[in-house]
Order: sequence, then C-alpha cells, then structure tokens
Amino acid sequence: MEKNTPSENWPLWEVFIRTRQGLDHKHAGSLHAADAQMAMENARDVYTRRNEGISIWVVESIHIHASAPDEAGSFFDPANDKVYRYPNFYNLPDELKNI
Amino acid sequence: MPPLPTYILHLADNALILGHRNSEWTGHGPVLEQDIALSNIALDLIGQSRNLYQLAAERMNNLSPEKQALTEDDLAYLRDSTEFKNLVLLEQTNGDWAKTILREFYFSHFQLLQYRGLLGSRDPGLAAISEKSIKEIRYHVKWSSEWVCRLGDGTPESHSRMLNAMETLNPWLPELFVAADYEQAAIANGTAIDPSGLFKDWLNQVNQVLANATLPIYAAEKKGAFSLSGKNGFHSEHLGYILAEMQYLQRAYPGCTW
Repeated sequence: MEKNTPSENWPLWEVFIRTRQGLDHKHAGSLHAADAQMAMENARDVYTRRNEGISIWVVESIHIHASAPDEAGSFFDPANDKVYRYPNFYNLPDELKNI
Repeated sequence: MPPLPTYILHLADNALILGHRNSEWTGHGPVLEQDIALSNIALDLIGQSRNLYQLAAERMNNLSPEKQALTEDDLAYLRDSTEFKNLVLLEQTNGDWAKTILREFYFSHFQLLQYRGLLGSRDPGLAAISEKSIKEIRYHVKWSSEWVCRLGDGTPESHSRMLNAMETLNPWLPELFVAADYEQAAIANGTAIDPSGLFKDWLNQVNQVLANATLPIYAAEKKGAFSLSGKNGFHSEHLGYILAEMQYLQRAYPGCTW
C-alpha cells in the first residue's frame, strides 16, 4: 500500500518567533504543514502556547540556504585576526576630532 | 432552580462537554500539530466552563447562604445527566476528524455570536467572561472554518466524509436557536440574549464557508416529530457515558485532591 502520510506530503517549515521584549525573530523550531496559513496556525498552537511570542514568521525550509559546516574554516576563520577591520583600531588625529 | 444560575449552567455545560469531547482526541490526532491545536481548543473551552461554573456557584451560594457553599467542582462533577443543560449536538461522539471539525465549526460560529451578544448582558460577571472568551472563540472559528474548506474542497474521500458528518450532525442544529424557559426568563431581565435572533447571521456565516468548501449549504430542518432538548436535561444516550468517565474519580474518591 502506498504511503500517503501528511509528513511525507506536506512541506517542512521553519518557525521564527519574536518575543514581547525582543527586537528580532528567533528560530523556535520546525513543523509540517500543507500551506502557509496552516503553518502559521500550527506555529501559534505549538510554539506560542506559553506566551512565548507576539509575532511569527514561517518560511518553507527549502527556501533557507545555510552555509556548509565543512567550509566553516575557510568561511569564518580568516576574520579572526584582522584587527584593522575594526573602527577602534585607528587613532584619529586631534585636528579631526570634531569631524 | 432560580432562573439566572440555570442559564449560566447551560453556558458552562456547553463549554465543559464540548471541551471534554475535544480532549478525547489528545494523543490520537491525525498529525502532531493538529493534536496540539485541538487539545488547546479543549483547554480553552474547559477554561471558559470553569469561569462560568465559578460564577454560577457564587450566585447559587448567594441565593442560599444557609446551605453548604458550592464550588465549581461540585457543579461539574456531582450533577447527574438530567441536571446537565448542554446542547445535544455537543455530546455526540467524535467520529472521524471531519465530524469533530464540523461540530466545532457549527458551535464556535454560534458561540461567537452568542458571546458577542452577552457583552451587553446586565450581568457584569457574564459580560466579563464573554469578553475574555471571545478572543479564544475567534480562533476556534478561524481554525474550524479553514478545516471545513480543506476537507470539503479536498479529496473525494474528505468530501464524502464531510457529507456524512453533515448528515449526522445537522439534525441537532435546531436546538441551538430555541430558547428554554429559564433562558426566556433571563432574556426578559436583560442578562441573556435570544438565540433565535442569532440564526440569520449564523446561517449566513456558516453557509458562506460551506459554499467555499463546495459543500451543500444548510437549510433549516423541518420540525421533526422527535427532538431532544438537552437544554432542559433531556439528553441522548451519549451524555451518560461521558459523565461516567469524567466524574468517575470524584465520585469514587469524594473530595480527592492532587
């Protein structure tokens, strides 16, 4: 018999919630839903039961592109030791103090 | 029983019995998120019933100060089925997902209109409970209406299950719009609203969704020779089983606590 379960037909969605005091939406988890409206309501029912948030974003997981973990070395390490990329590294001469 | 608390008990019993029926899906939902959604709705309804039972107990205690004070638990767990005033629609078996959705759909549309009307109740306790409950009920309306569309305008199987659900549940709808005697008394003193006045708006809203869902619209039932009045304590056989399960613990161990 052919498998036709919702979790195999329904896309996966990532859920982001912003708290009452927060400024940004934080990743809260993921769920399966047939469409955006259902995903929104499922996120509300599953992830805001305990007053965790006042705003929800849902995105289909296929639309999220992540950096590859095994490329993390070449992607991020070079930035570790380049202190000249910070504004504080530079001393402004007094003449420019009020620029 | 004096008229006012009986009307509050009717509202409370509606919420408790439907909440209990919905809670029977917990752990058995078709999909995890919907299991949680329906359990949340059940909790909303049971919460509403608690508020209403507390209000009813307060009123009844004020009327009979010489008797031992009643609590919400006494009203929920120690009354027999003939004393329950819930609509017969709400005690029907859950059936499949379609039947549960349709029951929630029919009732929540009605409950929203009813509670909106109760915002103007002369009873400040009822008005306050209505205001708090309306936000929850609006979500129940949204959730159930969307599911009616998904199932009605879904696959051939989901469509036929919705048709079966309508055939099973539609006969219980007329009771929603006929006021019981205690209800008439409460309407007369400004604390309740007339359910018959809600029929037109309810019909419009419900039929709009049914049409979207490619389902046949509801036409008022002809008056049958036989109809039950749960509002007056005349229930189907299902309520007995519900109460046997729900009240068992309190009756086996009276006064038990966690």
